[in-house]
Amino acid sequence: MPAATLARFVVLEAWRGGLPWLAAGSIVLAGALAAFLSQVALTESRELELALAAATLRACAVFLVAVQVASSTLRELNDKGLELMLSLPLGRSTHYLGRLAGFVACGALLAVAFCAPLALWAAPGALALWSASLAFECAVVAAATLFFSISLGQLVPAIAASAGFYLLARSMAAIQAIAGGPLADASFASQAARGLASAFALLLPRLDGVTRTEWLLYGVPGYGAAAAAIGALALYAALLGAAGLFDFHRKSL
Amino acid sequence: MSAEERPLAHVPRAVWLALGAALAAQIAWNAARPAPGRAATDLPPPPSPALLRLAALGEPQAAARLAMLYLQSFDYGGTNERRYRELDYARLARWLAAILELDPHSQYPLFSAARIYAEVPDEARTRAMLEFVYREFLRDPDRRWPWLAHAALLAKHRLHDLPLALRYAMAVEQKSAASDRPLWARQMRIFILEDMNELEAARVMIRDLLRAGRITDPAELRFLNEKLKELEARQGSVR
Repeated sequence: MPAATLARFVVLEAWRGGLPWLAAGSIVLAGALAAFLSQVALTESRELELALAAATLRACAVFLVAVQVASSTLRELNDKGLELMLSLPLGRSTHYLGRLAGFVACGALLAVAFCAPLALWAAPGALALWSASLAFECAVVAAATLFFSISLGQLVPAIAASAGFYLLARSMAAIQAIAGGPLADASFASQAARGLASAFALLLPRLDGVTRTEWLLYGVPGYGAAAAAIGALALYAALLGAAGLFDFHRKSL
Repeated sequence: MSAEERPLAHVPRAVWLALGAALAAQIAWNAARPAPGRAATDLPPPPSPALLRLAALGEPQAAARLAMLYLQSFDYGGTNERRYRELDYARLARWLAAILELDPHSQYPLFSAARIYAEVPDEARTRAMLEFVYREFLRDPDRRWPWLAHAALLAKHRLHDLPLALRYAMAVEQKSAASDRPLWARQMRIFILEDMNELEAARVMIRDLLRAGRITDPAELRFLNEKLKELEARQGSVR
């Protein structure tokens, strides 16, 4: 199956390109940061270690996936490797989805690797959910970065756009809360800002509701709600995949 | 050395010199700089909870703990010359409340309020912190009762303000339904009433507790019966 072969090569490229070493470095960094800061904590040192390690590993996973996708895709574009691949008797959809599947697999492998050190502190059930959620979050980031990389064709703009998308998605709920807070006035500008925030919220995934450190610290309040939030990520990854495919089919390569 | 690299001898002498000189200059520059001093600054005004939540980027639990470490650094042992008791306690309480709003499950802000900031040798500041603990206790009594129980002990033993201690003890007893409250926390009010010489009130309270039948532990029952007899004896001697 050509798409599966492509996905395998993407994973192999990441493996040989040093991604496992970067993942190991991230685990060491998160562990060291958590251990250092817990030394100065007066109480809840276990919770502090867990919260900081989980937050750091989540950020590292997303960063590594985004950089891996952008650098790999743009190297293929710049070396004309993609054009060579397109000359083979394979459809564009197969190319795109094969690459995307490979990057999604890289994200899933990172999520599994990053949940291992957290097993020292967290309950297995909550950790399994957190890890699954991180895998889907990485899938969304991989799909978004692949889309931006092929659309923009430059490394810095692609990474900047992916970072902007990710940070906006993670802070959208807080932005909406501020826009609709009791201090917001009834002026046209304020109403327009509220409307704009709501419109953006409709188009973005709810990353603030997934991969929650709260699950690891205090347990999962409801597995159904958590599973629904993770399902919404899968849906959004599919949306980004479709948007990327649309753009890739229109691109003159 | 990999096959892709040329031997070190290929590096020109000027480049070696430039690298060594730049490294030496960097180390000398940093060595000549004075060690970072401690500033005697007060707490800045706290950000609003909504702003703090925005800055947390969806990681409120980690952000709340980092904010606590930041707050903790405002003391003599940290990076600041100013001692706890010199801080602006109204501002401090607002910081703690904002952090608690970020992660309501965390016990860190209330631990710091009750065990550190309330234990300064300044009565006004202690009272301000105890009131903060009381206000926050009312929002989640079942989880936050240990800190109000500690506040009651501080009010009794440090401030020698028995009415205040009684108010806190009553709140722990009446507003919290947590099953993990130990005997001393549930019956703190009896001992404060006894200290206030309200022997009849203490006696009635123990009697009601025994009659309600909620206490089943034999050791607790024996202790309360002995206390009841002791109070009755003291009342008899007073009369």
